[in-house]
Amino acid sequence: MGQVLRPAAKSGAGADRAFGLVTAAAAWFVLLLLAATAISMAWGGRLAFSTFGWGFITGKDWDVGAGRFGAFVPIYGTLVTSAIALIVAVPVSIGIALFLTDIAPRWTRGPVAIAIELLAAIPSIIYGMWGLFVFAPFMAAHVEPWAIQHLGIIPGIGALFRGPPIGIGMLTAGIVLGIMVIPFIASVAREVFSAVPPALRESAVALGSTRWEILSRVTLPYTRSAIIGAVFLGLGRALGETMAVTFVLGNAHDLSLSLLMPSNSIAAAIANEFTEADTELYRSSLIALGFLLFVVTFIVLTIAKLMLMRINRRLGRTY
Amino acid sequence: MRAIFFALPIAALLAGCNSSNTGNQSTSSAAGQITGAGSTFVYPVLSAWAADYKKSGGQDINYQSIGSGGGISQVKAGTVDFGASDQPLSSAELASSNLAQFPIVIGGIVPVVNIAGVAAGKLHLTGPLLADIYAGKVKRWNDPAITSINPGMALPATDIAVVHRSDGSGTTFNFTHYLAQVSPTWKAGPGEGKTVNWPTGVGGKGNEGVAAYVKQIPNSVGYVEYAYVVQNKMASTALQNAAGNFVAPGAQSFANAAETADWKNASDFNLVMTNAVGPNAYPITATTFILVPREAKDKSRTKAALSFFRYALQSGQAKADSLDYVPLPAPLVAQIDSYIAAKLK
Repeated sequence: MGQVLRPAAKSGAGADRAFGLVTAAAAWFVLLLLAATAISMAWGGRLAFSTFGWGFITGKDWDVGAGRFGAFVPIYGTLVTSAIALIVAVPVSIGIALFLTDIAPRWTRGPVAIAIELLAAIPSIIYGMWGLFVFAPFMAAHVEPWAIQHLGIIPGIGALFRGPPIGIGMLTAGIVLGIMVIPFIASVAREVFSAVPPALRESAVALGSTRWEILSRVTLPYTRSAIIGAVFLGLGRALGETMAVTFVLGNAHDLSLSLLMPSNSIAAAIANEFTEADTELYRSSLIALGFLLFVVTFIVLTIAKLMLMRINRRLGRTY
Repeated sequence: MRAIFFALPIAALLAGCNSSNTGNQSTSSAAGQITGAGSTFVYPVLSAWAADYKKSGGQDINYQSIGSGGGISQVKAGTVDFGASDQPLSSAELASSNLAQFPIVIGGIVPVVNIAGVAAGKLHLTGPLLADIYAGKVKRWNDPAITSINPGMALPATDIAVVHRSDGSGTTFNFTHYLAQVSPTWKAGPGEGKTVNWPTGVGGKGNEGVAAYVKQIPNSVGYVEYAYVVQNKMASTALQNAAGNFVAPGAQSFANAAETADWKNASDFNLVMTNAVGPNAYPITATTFILVPREAKDKSRTKAALSFFRYALQSGQAKADSLDYVPLPAPLVAQIDSYIAAKLK
């Protein structure tokens, strides 16, 4: 981290040492900031945690008037919308990356890659407005009535597609989130796909592989760990996304199995309610929600790291 | 992956700091500036008044529309010179935090709908019916409870999509206060408050959020301030008032509610005007209240704020009218003048 090579010349040794210390301090500062953030949020939420205990995480009520706060609905909404986002984004992103590295004519690759990176720079509120003004009416008029009619009657998964087609809800929010994270996953995936040694791919072609076989037997296995890293980068963004979600999720503390119904997410609840949280317990509960988002993100990223380590150990290489 | 992992808590930290800083910034502002914070409802007219006041030689008024709850807590903490709240404080609370309170401008909260073929002002609703819709008991637009008071109107056999506020709000307070007054089941159920435990529906942030949802969701109903109805050309509804008449929202029906509300017997103007008795009174008429400290550290600042409000009550009412608010009735202005003279010397 802060290690530097010791130069022979004496005059530079002091300066080098100072430089090493400065860079080390910068690195440690981030860790310190992280710890301080976690501690201060846990401290801010202590009233909620001490009042409700584990019930804060499992409680389904969010009743401001009665002073009862449970984070189950926002946690559920956050995880469900992020899961939908990944279901949408992962296949599309890998498709984009594969097309750009293997299939597209060479001259289109540069411009399209730049366009994808520009997509990543669009502010999330723009996605939110597009979601509300363009995408939600489309969902309400075309997609949701169809889903209710055809998927809602299937036993089991039918429960996911019930209720009035209002266009605002977990499914819409998840898809908008998915579109938002596509550029993140796609640009990393493109980088790693193009890092696959051409010799491997050429060998596969020489053996008579189809494009699908090259993808599934050569490219994906070779880049697996980096692709999983890219997916979790997208997931990290989806979990914490606020503005786009708050526009299309409906911000209602109702627990519903149906993906067409409004819900809430941790980040959206905080953004919506913090300004008018006028009791100690209310404010503390919102800060505790923030702490839970921190914990959820931490757990998800830890799982990602562990998965990577396991795969790497099994395959005996980094990638 | 790292970047997101670290950026997230930092962003949260910054957001946290931000909210506690708002007050400090206002105190450290220039000495000549009068600062206020609170209700978002009153912001358009208050900022218009402030601009006019400055042009006519008055002081700078810096108003931050952070929400009624925030306004109350900041004026209590003494970080601003005045607060503005859509929900009045009780005399006891005013006394304990040594504040004085008076109304400044009138507006209305209007149920709006988005139903194909239903024009503005056409749909009639009663208070108890509105409560049942918001409670999720009346689920469809062609429910007999709705069609019976709207004879001859073609209402679709579709589910009602309820839209409410997702943030705490004085608008919600006035709206739920009205529902609790006219519907015993609403009073026993969700009750009244700046935010309640909504049985159904989607939540929009701010008046603009509710307005946007109602415009985007077919067959929806929501409630917004009158100014949003006018500016966004939304389909308002006519509500049945305490006298039994269906009245459309507008300057006249708001004024009638303000005239017939019992201000004379309201100590410290602690009165919510909903369900007023006048024959043309609009039932969800609301007021924004100004809160000022009675014993500020720097009394000259309170004085300066009061002279701004005196200007607003006298010369500013035409401006209020042009922005779709309603001026206070003359007897009420006289009552405010004597209140200020008695309580804020």
